Amino acid sequence: MTSTQLPFPGLRDVPTADAPQNRKEFTSDQEVRWCPGCGDYAVLAAVQGFLPELGLKRENIVFVSGIGCSSRFPYYLDTYGMHSIHGRAPAIATGLATSRKDLSVWVVTGDGDALSIGGNHLIHSLRRNVNLKILLFNNRIYGLTKGQYSPTSEPGKVTKSTPMGSLDNPFNPVSLALGAEGTFVARTIDSDRKHLTHVLSAAAAHRGTAFVEIYQNCPIFNDGAFDAMKDNESKADAIIPLVHGEPIRFGNDGQRGVVRDPATGGVRIVDDPDPADVLVHDAHASDPTTAFALSRLTDAGVLAHAPIGIFRQVEQPTYDDLAREQITIASQGTGDRATALAGLLGSGDTWTVV
Amino acid sequence: MTKQVKRLDRVIIRFAGDSGDGMQLTGDRFTQETASFGNDLSTLPNFPAEIRAPQGTLPGVSSFQVHFADHDILTPGDSPDVLVAMNPAALKANLADIKKGATIIVDSHDFTARNLSKAAYAENPLENGSLSEYDVHAFELTDMTVEAVKEFGLSRKDASRAKNMFALGMLSWMYGRPTESTIAFLERRFAKAPDIRDANVTAFKAGWNFGETTEAFVVQYEIKPAPMLAGTYRNITGNLALAYGLIAGSTQSGLPLFLGSYPITPASDILHELSKHKRFGVTTFQAEDEIAGIGAALGAAFGGALGVTTTSGPGIALKSETIGLGVMMELPLLIVDVQRGGPSTGLPTKTEQADLLQAMFGRNGEAPVPIVAPQSPADCFDAALEAARIAITYRTPVMLLSDGYLANGSEPWQIPDVAELPTIDPKFATEPNHTDAKGQPEFWPYLRDEETLARPWAVPGTKGLEHRIGGLEKGEGHGNISYDPTNHDFMVRTRAAKVERIAQDLPPLEVDDPGADSGGGAKVLVLGWGSTYGPIGAAVRQVRGTGLEVAQAHLRHLNPFPSDLGDVLKRYDAVMVPEMNLGQLSMLLRARYLVDVVGYNHVRGLPLRAAELADAITDLIGATDPSAEPTVETTQEVVR
Repeated sequence: MTSTQLPFPGLRDVPTADAPQNRKEFTSDQEVRWCPGCGDYAVLAAVQGFLPELGLKRENIVFVSGIGCSSRFPYYLDTYGMHSIHGRAPAIATGLATSRKDLSVWVVTGDGDALSIGGNHLIHSLRRNVNLKILLFNNRIYGLTKGQYSPTSEPGKVTKSTPMGSLDNPFNPVSLALGAEGTFVARTIDSDRKHLTHVLSAAAAHRGTAFVEIYQNCPIFNDGAFDAMKDNESKADAIIPLVHGEPIRFGNDGQRGVVRDPATGGVRIVDDPDPADVLVHDAHASDPTTAFALSRLTDAGVLAHAPIGIFRQVEQPTYDDLAREQITIASQGTGDRATALAGLLGSGDTWTVV
Repeated sequence: MTKQVKRLDRVIIRFAGDSGDGMQLTGDRFTQETASFGNDLSTLPNFPAEIRAPQGTLPGVSSFQVHFADHDILTPGDSPDVLVAMNPAALKANLADIKKGATIIVDSHDFTARNLSKAAYAENPLENGSLSEYDVHAFELTDMTVEAVKEFGLSRKDASRAKNMFALGMLSWMYGRPTESTIAFLERRFAKAPDIRDANVTAFKAGWNFGETTEAFVVQYEIKPAPMLAGTYRNITGNLALAYGLIAGSTQSGLPLFLGSYPITPASDILHELSKHKRFGVTTFQAEDEIAGIGAALGAAFGGALGVTTTSGPGIALKSETIGLGVMMELPLLIVDVQRGGPSTGLPTKTEQADLLQAMFGRNGEAPVPIVAPQSPADCFDAALEAARIAITYRTPVMLLSDGYLANGSEPWQIPDVAELPTIDPKFATEPNHTDAKGQPEFWPYLRDEETLARPWAVPGTKGLEHRIGGLEKGEGHGNISYDPTNHDFMVRTRAAKVERIAQDLPPLEVDDPGADSGGGAKVLVLGWGSTYGPIGAAVRQVRGTGLEVAQAHLRHLNPFPSDLGDVLKRYDAVMVPEMNLGQLSMLLRARYLVDVVGYNHVRGLPLRAAELADAITDLIGATDPSAEPTVETTQEVVR
């Protein structure tokens, strides 16, 4: 299969492997050093399992991370990788993706890295729609610095730095990404390998910035933050599944549904709704308003329920494609570079001394 | 009437007016005319940070100084021979710089009670005799302009805006400048507004004719072209030369140029210029902030581009952490700092050299970064190419320290022959460079070149060389994370040694000491760096003109220093280091060589004044060798 035949426009220009690949080829020789029971292991396993399926040349894949527990991720993948500095991975990846269309560029970040110190780069890469895949591991706590509250921690969180409870209102990462007009915005959970792989595949296929929030448990500093969504007893009531083209229903018997709320212009959850009223999820809607309304169904405090799935998936021009196109247009007829350079240096008002 | 023609060897003219009066354009056009005439020249634009400060006030004054001569000159000059002042504020703000006897040409139109009071004049200086020691010519430039262009039907306000061209025409006549290029320029610039175009061209010609016919001017001046080496020349500013140098760095290395930048005075013109040259494969990325600008450049460098970021001092402060990452990852990266007055926002449009220590040390940990500094506007081209060579050859961030004076100032540039430019070989790694325990080939990203200590640069897309780099300490050779104490000590020393190795490629420091060859020579050395080259050179000429001996040397490389710098310093009884800071190079020299250098420091936001510096050098010569006496009496500034 040549690169032009790939079904994924996101990977259109990335060369494909000559032979099938396996998970082992994508596993580096470095010992994984996360805490036992960390949700990062599950995500790493899913990525190592899913990358070979993309069928890309391994040397054309790059993972760029910032700082934090999750940002050790690139060391464990035998691709090209960069473990950069706190919050800056989207900026670094923007330069790489813009200058190299033949690479599949991934950013691995956390809630502190992406939403606190690196918030500016995150929103700007989303608005530019650079061809990047951003995986935000959200454990709602600072792990590597040993347990301070994060910008996604629930208000009132008691931590080492907030003994009387945290005061600030948290970010909803999906709302933020949609507000920045992200063209691909999704949420998944570390413990659901199948869903995680499905979302990552769709992200890889997307041309533009794909933003994936991954609920990820920190067993040391914030254990159980997502239990409602993992516990077999409660998860049917906690997970609001978003599937494009499907009515948004959940609960053990699908008895709950999401309907439009004429009073607020948003959406709300009702028990036993009239089936005709249940919202049918449209991830491809060009207007992000409904996707944003759905993102507001996420609890800001202790998590009782949240939508999971792809909120938005729309095609728009990407910054890097447009930037390269300008260069292509401008370069037409440049000819020999040395001659062109001589022409440039000798342009303007000149005079000759003999 | 036939006018007398008087020959001069040099003239300094300063055009001054309100920010909205077009003084920068007027100065620039006069400069282009002068350049094409063949004089040597040097310019100093000086303008406020405000785009339009309140009209007619002192803070709103904008000026452009041009020094031109029939011989080679080094500075825009200390004190203008001619001041053109378009309003009372321009007169007041610039009078202190003008010597008695100098010519002052004013537009008397704006010398109204209201404008005089805006400029804090209690009475009209044109009428109260306070300017009696100057050669003052007051003309109704505005009224004459409006009269000259009335056929084009413009409003009085629009018509009067052409008064700068009237003044330019007058000065062009006075100094016999060729006019074709300015007329061609006006026709291009206002091609879409024929009435404005015609008004400007007409005002320009009217100014010329007025100069020729008015009885106020009895003399026309002639300044012969300066002898220059054979070649093709153009006038060029530092920012333009620097942008061209970066493009040359790209073509000479074969690496695509990627600029990540955030607008900041006085560096933005480099972003503007490079964005016009996408046909050279140049990508310009206007980032969300300074940090993203350098981050994107570093990301592009990881991908095999010539990554560049351009900024000024406050931007460097924000980029520091990423520069440190570049040092750790050992990737080529160019950081251009067009220095301005600091600290903090400081003097955004004025010049200073106070970022040297920031460039040298402004990072956490032991993070050595090579530093290159251009010495004149045209030299920014060569300095940028040299910085690119060091960055690519040694796989390291390199700091290029320009400044506001170099950025906006201009001088004639002999256009280089592209075939003669140095080529830069990026020597990408293409194959494994090591064998693992099982005898399999593998790639070690930190296995160094023995000569340069540079690590291999393997870009994504290269099969079999997949590797991970980052900000954590690396194990020597294999490059995996290492917290080993001995390894860290070794790596810190190795990174420092790599930067020191750059000195092995550098030529010996050029010392200009005319008497040294005949066994004598100066006892005092004046050592500078960056844009002080011009003022130091002019001051040294003045001192030598009095019969005293003094040596001069100028550093292009601030880190590492040339290998022989210590020996050079020790050859002299005294070393003076003039800088536009409080002694930053002095501090480095004292620390490194234990030499008691004498600082000469001003931070006025303007280039050093050559005459004052000459006095300081003369004093130091006297203090070093009391028997040294000037042998030539001179009251005139010696500029050769």
